[in-house]
Amino acid sequence: MRRVYLDNNATTPVAPEVFEAMKPYFLEDFGNASSIHWYGQRAKAAMESSREQIARLLNARPNEIVFTSGGTESDNTALFGIVEASRAEKKHIITTAIEHHAVLHTAKALEKRGVRVTYVRAGSSGVVDPADVEKAIGLDTVLISVMHANNELGTIQPLEEIGRIAREHDIYFHTDAVQSVGKIPVDVESLGVDLLSLSAHKLHGPKGVGALYVRKSTILRKLLYGGHHERDHRPGTENVPGIVGLGKAAELAGRHLAEGITRVGALRNRLEDGILASIPLATVVGDKSRRLPTTTNISFDYIEGEGFVIAMDLRGVACSTGAACSAGSVEPSHVLSAIGRTRQQARSSIRFSLGRFNTAEDIEYTLEVLPRVVEQLRSLSPHYKKDAAGAQPSGSKAKAVAER
Amino acid sequence: MLPAPSPQVPKRRLWLSAELPIPMTIAVAMSGGVDSSVAAALLAENNSAAGSNGSPAVIGMTMQLWNQRRLPSLLGSEEGEPGRASGRCCSLDDVYDARRVASFLGLPYYVVNFEDRFEQEVVRPFVKSYLAGETPIPCSLCNTEIKFAQFIETARKIGADAVATGHYARVRKDPDSGRYRLFTGRDPSKDQSYFLFGLTQEQLARTLFPLGEFNKEQVRAMARARNLPVAEKPDSQEICFVPTGNYRGFIDAYLNEQGRKLEDAAGDVITTDGRVLGEPQGLGNYTIGQRKGLGIATGTPLYVIGLDRARNRVVVGSNQELLKSRLLVREINWIRSVNEGESFEARVKIRNKHFPADARVEARPNGEAFVEFTTPQRAITPGQAAVFYDEDEVVGGGWITRVLD
Repeated sequence: MRRVYLDNNATTPVAPEVFEAMKPYFLEDFGNASSIHWYGQRAKAAMESSREQIARLLNARPNEIVFTSGGTESDNTALFGIVEASRAEKKHIITTAIEHHAVLHTAKALEKRGVRVTYVRAGSSGVVDPADVEKAIGLDTVLISVMHANNELGTIQPLEEIGRIAREHDIYFHTDAVQSVGKIPVDVESLGVDLLSLSAHKLHGPKGVGALYVRKSTILRKLLYGGHHERDHRPGTENVPGIVGLGKAAELAGRHLAEGITRVGALRNRLEDGILASIPLATVVGDKSRRLPTTTNISFDYIEGEGFVIAMDLRGVACSTGAACSAGSVEPSHVLSAIGRTRQQARSSIRFSLGRFNTAEDIEYTLEVLPRVVEQLRSLSPHYKKDAAGAQPSGSKAKAVAER
Repeated sequence: MLPAPSPQVPKRRLWLSAELPIPMTIAVAMSGGVDSSVAAALLAENNSAAGSNGSPAVIGMTMQLWNQRRLPSLLGSEEGEPGRASGRCCSLDDVYDARRVASFLGLPYYVVNFEDRFEQEVVRPFVKSYLAGETPIPCSLCNTEIKFAQFIETARKIGADAVATGHYARVRKDPDSGRYRLFTGRDPSKDQSYFLFGLTQEQLARTLFPLGEFNKEQVRAMARARNLPVAEKPDSQEICFVPTGNYRGFIDAYLNEQGRKLEDAAGDVITTDGRVLGEPQGLGNYTIGQRKGLGIATGTPLYVIGLDRARNRVVVGSNQELLKSRLLVREINWIRSVNEGESFEARVKIRNKHFPADARVEARPNGEAFVEFTTPQRAITPGQAAVFYDEDEVVGGGWITRVLD
């Protein structure tokens, strides 16, 4: 069976060049980067070139890059780190209702420790209004954390404006850029961020490694205690092969950026247009004009997302109902709920996320399989049958039933 | 590579339901227990490599029915604390086991979430029946409403033609009438047909019970012979979503979650001849036939004869008074074709562990039936199912409404 991978927002395959770059650091150059000897020096040198590669991609300085175990640790370090370093008596942070759980649940944990948190809502477009962020600012606000691109919708948040606001009020500004780095230009200067989280496995690097950009002179309390690694930001023997992989992945991402936006963007558009043309009662969720070129979120009326994903998988196409971390949960996506989608609508939403290894054939195969899957699911949906039968005499009533 | 099937299973024994396409795609419900794991293994060995429409021939699925973390007080742990869920239903351990077996058998595997529907169709009626003074049996409802309604629907949606479960029961199609007939499992001690009386013809037509011809020892042996990761896992007994079998604790916690309370209104423990012996400690604490724990000392042993929710009464009496012959049954599902007004001899089973007894069954209007046992039966309990058998065949069944004097 042909297999097509359209879940690149969950994770991506490691690029062959990345894998090659990592290999020596398992067997030959295995040293501990903190060691004095030749082995240690080899590892240390590899790590530092990785830091440079990442800094280049972000328009940052190498000494502003801290390696972590991934996006979640980066987010935790940013939020806890800023809040705990602040000496203010009362502390307030501002984030959004559409953040990834790595930020959202960290904010909830801070709330339990007495920190005031404002969750700025996003409109139906899936984009936060900078004015709402500004309105939430108080004298006690120590941090603003707004994601760059939303993982479920792909919508891009207006970080430049929010960055300006943060600077005017002299408040630290963090962004979870896990979904945007490598897909669209990410420049810490133009975005005006003080902290930025990224993860290797979302950009064809290995799992279990990521980085946190920390602007020079940002005061951050560390999360873990141990040795004085990473300029005392993050103890623990460095994951050298992973870090090398991240560096290589960042370098490749920079090189493929333009291609990704045009070629992958065209594939995404072909997929989206093909679906909308062949499937009735399908709509794109989120602002189409402010999106990652790789992502589309489509809501199919009368379809239970869970069944759709399984049926597609059994025909070789991998997609998802939302964040992989919440798959299997009965609760509708918090992102879709936050932008005002009903429970039913949220459950009928499917995310297709492309990557640079997708081909035109992948999209054509998907467009071939998908209408049959939708038809199969709808033909067995009691509501669909009822509404289809009752559409003539009482369309509005049938609609009400379907929304239930 | 799969280990050689042993003991050898004749292929035809698995396909007890006719008129399904060959090749076909079968979704097998996997609970993580031995039975459903062996059922999945037998299907994987006997079905062809590819099913219909190019789908895999056998798909493993687990129904997530209940979230154990919802009522943390029942688990003796704080909300959000991981890993202490000891309850049976849908615990992470069971999903883990099912996934392990599916991967061992090389089956695609999915967890499907039916929590909303399960609560609506099983848990709420269970609580309601309990509060009405009945002793409900949620497994039959779960089979009808979830396993053989929602599951078949979902299975068909993802492209499966039929479903299979690890129940000990058998389905056959009657070549003359075209009706599907339901039989007990070949092993009387493990027979689960009692819980399956609610299956419709449409559901039976799409259902396979690969274990129907086997007994438990054979199933265990097959699990061991195949080195299934769950071969030595103990059987589960209690109602899946009620950990440790504590009905009252569950209902208490469930109502509490909704800001309600299990009310223990004042009432009486009263004898059949009208003597008030004391006050009941909540009707929910009593089941018909119960002797111990009445908290009343009398010369002769006393048993719970009936529960009267309206007056909050626990009626007690002698063992002799527990014996009753006549009862009314509601919401009958006829698996064999039975007409209203028809009356027939059958063996009737009134609870899972009851040995079916001879009776006359009369089909009445509005999906009701009247049952009269030849010899009185002990502790006939409203809320439980009454299932009618002709030899090893299930004729039909329903819910016990009332016991008549």
